[in-house]
Amino acid sequence: MSGAWQRNGYEAVIGLEIHVQLNTASKMFCACPNRYGDEPNTNVCMVCLAHPGALPVANAEAVRQSARVGLALGCRIPAASEFSRKQYFYPDSPKAYQISQYDQPLCAEGSFHVPGEGAFSVRITRAHLEEDAAKMIHAGGDAGRIQGSAGSVVDFNRAGTPLLEIVTEPDLRSPEDARRFLTLLRATVVAIGASDCDMEKGSLRADANVSIRPLGSEEYGTKTELKNMNSFRFLERGIEAELERQLGLVRAGEAVRQETLHFDPATGGLTSLRSKEEAHDYRYFPEPDLLPVAQDPDDLAALAGQLPELPVARFARLTGAGLPEATALLLATEVELAAYYDDLAGRVGDAKVAANWVMGELQAHLNAAGIVADATPVTPERLAGLVALVVAGTINQTSAKEVFQALVEDPAATAAGVVGGRGLAQVGDADELGAIVDRVLADHPDEVAAFRGGREQVVGFLVGQCMKASGGRADAKALQALLRERLTA
Amino acid sequence: MSDVELTPDEVRHVAALARLGLDDAEVERLGRELTSILGHVNTIAQLPIADVPPTTHANPHGDALRPDAARPGAPRAEALANAPDPAPEGFRVPPIGA
Amino acid sequence: MAIDVIGLTAERAAALLRGRACTAEELAQAYLDRIAAVDGEIHSYLHVDPERTLAAAREQDAAGVDGLAGVPIAYKDLLSTRGVPTTAGSRILKGFVPIEDADVVRWGNEAGLVSLGKTNLDEFAMGSSTEHSAYGPTRNPWDPTRVPGGSSGGSAAVVAAGCAPWALGTDTGGSIRQPAAFCGLVGLMPTYGSVSRFGVVAFACSLEQVGPMTLTVRDAALLQQVIARDTDRDATCTGPRAPIEVPEPGRLDGITFGVPRVELEAGVEEGVRARFDESLAIAESLGARLVDVDLPYARHGLAAYYVIAPAEASANLSRFDGVRYGLRVDAPDVRAMYEATRDAGFGAEVKRRIMIGTYALSAGYHDAYYVQAQRVRTLIRRDFDAAFGDVDAILLPTAPSVAFPIGARLDDPLAMYANDIFTLPVNLAGIPALSVPNGLSEGLPTGLQIIGPAHSENLLLRLGAAFEAEHAFDPVPPGLRSAA
Ligand SMILES: [Zn+2]
Repeated sequence: MSGAWQRNGYEAVIGLEIHVQLNTASKMFCACPNRYGDEPNTNVCMVCLAHPGALPVANAEAVRQSARVGLALGCRIPAASEFSRKQYFYPDSPKAYQISQYDQPLCAEGSFHVPGEGAFSVRITRAHLEEDAAKMIHAGGDAGRIQGSAGSVVDFNRAGTPLLEIVTEPDLRSPEDARRFLTLLRATVVAIGASDCDMEKGSLRADANVSIRPLGSEEYGTKTELKNMNSFRFLERGIEAELERQLGLVRAGEAVRQETLHFDPATGGLTSLRSKEEAHDYRYFPEPDLLPVAQDPDDLAALAGQLPELPVARFARLTGAGLPEATALLLATEVELAAYYDDLAGRVGDAKVAANWVMGELQAHLNAAGIVADATPVTPERLAGLVALVVAGTINQTSAKEVFQALVEDPAATAAGVVGGRGLAQVGDADELGAIVDRVLADHPDEVAAFRGGREQVVGFLVGQCMKASGGRADAKALQALLRERLTA
Repeated sequence: MSDVELTPDEVRHVAALARLGLDDAEVERLGRELTSILGHVNTIAQLPIADVPPTTHANPHGDALRPDAARPGAPRAEALANAPDPAPEGFRVPPIGA
Repeated sequence: MAIDVIGLTAERAAALLRGRACTAEELAQAYLDRIAAVDGEIHSYLHVDPERTLAAAREQDAAGVDGLAGVPIAYKDLLSTRGVPTTAGSRILKGFVPIEDADVVRWGNEAGLVSLGKTNLDEFAMGSSTEHSAYGPTRNPWDPTRVPGGSSGGSAAVVAAGCAPWALGTDTGGSIRQPAAFCGLVGLMPTYGSVSRFGVVAFACSLEQVGPMTLTVRDAALLQQVIARDTDRDATCTGPRAPIEVPEPGRLDGITFGVPRVELEAGVEEGVRARFDESLAIAESLGARLVDVDLPYARHGLAAYYVIAPAEASANLSRFDGVRYGLRVDAPDVRAMYEATRDAGFGAEVKRRIMIGTYALSAGYHDAYYVQAQRVRTLIRRDFDAAFGDVDAILLPTAPSVAFPIGARLDDPLAMYANDIFTLPVNLAGIPALSVPNGLSEGLPTGLQIIGPAHSENLLLRLGAAFEAEHAFDPVPPGLRSAA
């Protein structure tokens, strides 16, 4: 199911706010290690604990990586951007203001294209750099929900992690498009190397602004904000559920209320958050402790020139090489698999043959082992050795599967070594094949008689018997030809 | 806006934003004092200077950025030493409430 | 030997140490004795730890004193000192012990300076009298019924009372210069961005600097040499543009001073005005030329300042929330805890400024107050830029009055704020200014403020040394001279 979400004369209007934790060595405004999973409150200092007198100094690498992401999203990178203080009291905000960006973000207006069937583009409003909040460890241990819990313990390890917030215009028209967009955006950021974008660890987080409006209307309906859906599937399901909820309200003649909602994947239900909270007044003002960040046009041009091949370009290249769209899209969005494919295709010299192997044997093996492509012992070099043997006709497909398995099990083995050691080279020699065929025909006089009586389909059975007798090594094409020749002789 | 008169409700709203739990006497006193101070501050409100760029930084030549080099943080015991209500691993806070 | 520390300059103390006339430990002990004798009345120190001080002094003796090593110093209690309580004069930071030194303290330690303790101040440096300290007011050594000025009133009083040879203060709107003037000292507000603010408990980030408070201009130069350095921990700091030089007094031929006559019409006490006019005559007698300058927007400085400083302060003080350090008043939920803690922890003046700042930044008022004030700030900078096209430096009284009686202005915030009208335009412009003693009025010190363009510290120190030599001011309060 592709394309727009349209029901009962209404269409979906969706925008995303995406938070990407950048994988710098140190935090955004202090030198503490930026590392996930350490013991609570061990990567903290005067600055990220907001002790009196602490001052922030911005991380150059975070700025550089943000600019690279901005360039990949087609954003304009202004010559100067400015940090601002966004004020709110909460125990996860040590200064009670977050250093963020307000009217001068690092990356301004961009556009991002999602190719493939039902291709579409999404306008990027802005991408700005800010610092992540601390983590609340709740006494109840109940994920995410905090109301009514019995107090919390705050862990400031995450406080100050560089965070790139990417905001889109409300250009998405279906939950599926939202998922497709986020998938490709994630692949783009991962390809750039700015973040591992792991939704489970929270290094990629998405909020959605959702509304519906009558088809043909230019105005936007009242939107609700869906918070922190922590997987692609939940994003799609959460938006779907919210669209249905809004449609139900509107069809019942009720108004949609502007609120923040939490999607519970277990029940599929939506609950309202903080509706009692007074309207926020963040009292933004320019951060006096930090200077505006200047971007030199020459540096930006160099940065743009150094970007790796991005998923959108890779998709175009692979479809251009004749790969099916589905294959090209998978290879475009999975960075490690794409790198593996490119390496293999270069060694094999045939895009389609390489793609078949990657999408077939390799994928099955990776899925079974639960690993990514750069973790498999079957390196592109070793697999290329196997493919070469198949292409040259040295082994058949049946043997190839066996050899592949051997390469998985023994990291020291080579395809040629396995073929030699196990005697898997196909039997194509006329004398050797002839002897096998003669023996099989002699053993199955009834089937031979049946064939000669007009039941051609017994050939399949006889081929199988011959293949079995060859230990699976027979050249299938040569075998067929020889068998027919003897039967019709 | 030459004359600003802060009502008790406005004072309470500002105090709520700043998380200052004021008693009624403080609300009354601050209302008076803020009205007087803002009255003086308002002498600049009328200046026809909308086209003048605002100044936020007195030294425009600072070093904007630092290199991305990590250094170990403070020992946890040191980080927690000042905590009014320390837990073994962190800083305890009361429930968030409704 | 018995060391007479009253009126002892840091330069002279260093000479005594280098000449082996005394050890650093003996010198520190002499100051500790002096503190024990008089600080009960003056109340200028918030924290003194004799054992720690003597241990630091012995360390310098063991290392072999050199340069300024072994010379004692006092730090305003707004400067973070690792392992030593730092309160900012606030109840909300009672018992807080920093985990790192402020950059300026670190550099003081590197130079071998021996800390005598932490000095009193208006809570979070918000005030002009040191009466707004949560730990009680400091008295002026020239007249204990009067304020020492503020917010660095403790630092001024310790030096004037002979309880430290020199001290560091901070200046956000006049907080070094005005107490220096009230206590007969030299005080330097450095160019914004020439001294690191790292570890200085923030009041208004874009306005404040750390600076020396000393008995002589030469001491001010020596201490400025220690603290004016580039740092990688304050993005707004790039250090001094040229090395700080210790000045010699001399003539002022070729120097042109600007005098903003219009500003002087606004409520300057008669005695202060008379002393100021005498200094103008001294300038001319030393060969300088005087011209009138006009700073049309400087007179809006007070209004702009009382938007910008509280706005920044309202955000800077939000971190005092009872979670990670300092006071916490228990309550059933987080929000109630915040409100109870901050209500109990902050004093009246701090609450006033948080309220003004929060109001000025809140929705609907942000542009009319905050942005408008920042525009005035631009115009004040332009006023000074234009003036410095014609003159080398500008002369003004440091404060329009002498030290006022304790309690006299506590109930009138605007009158208190007005004491800073001559100093705060300098902070808004980010330029340096030096206050030097300018003779007495009614037996109390007055100050001459010399204002220069950005990074003109060496010029200001040279000009200050010239006035200092002509005045031959005795910085020891009369009541203390006999006590020696
Ligand atoms: Zn840190």
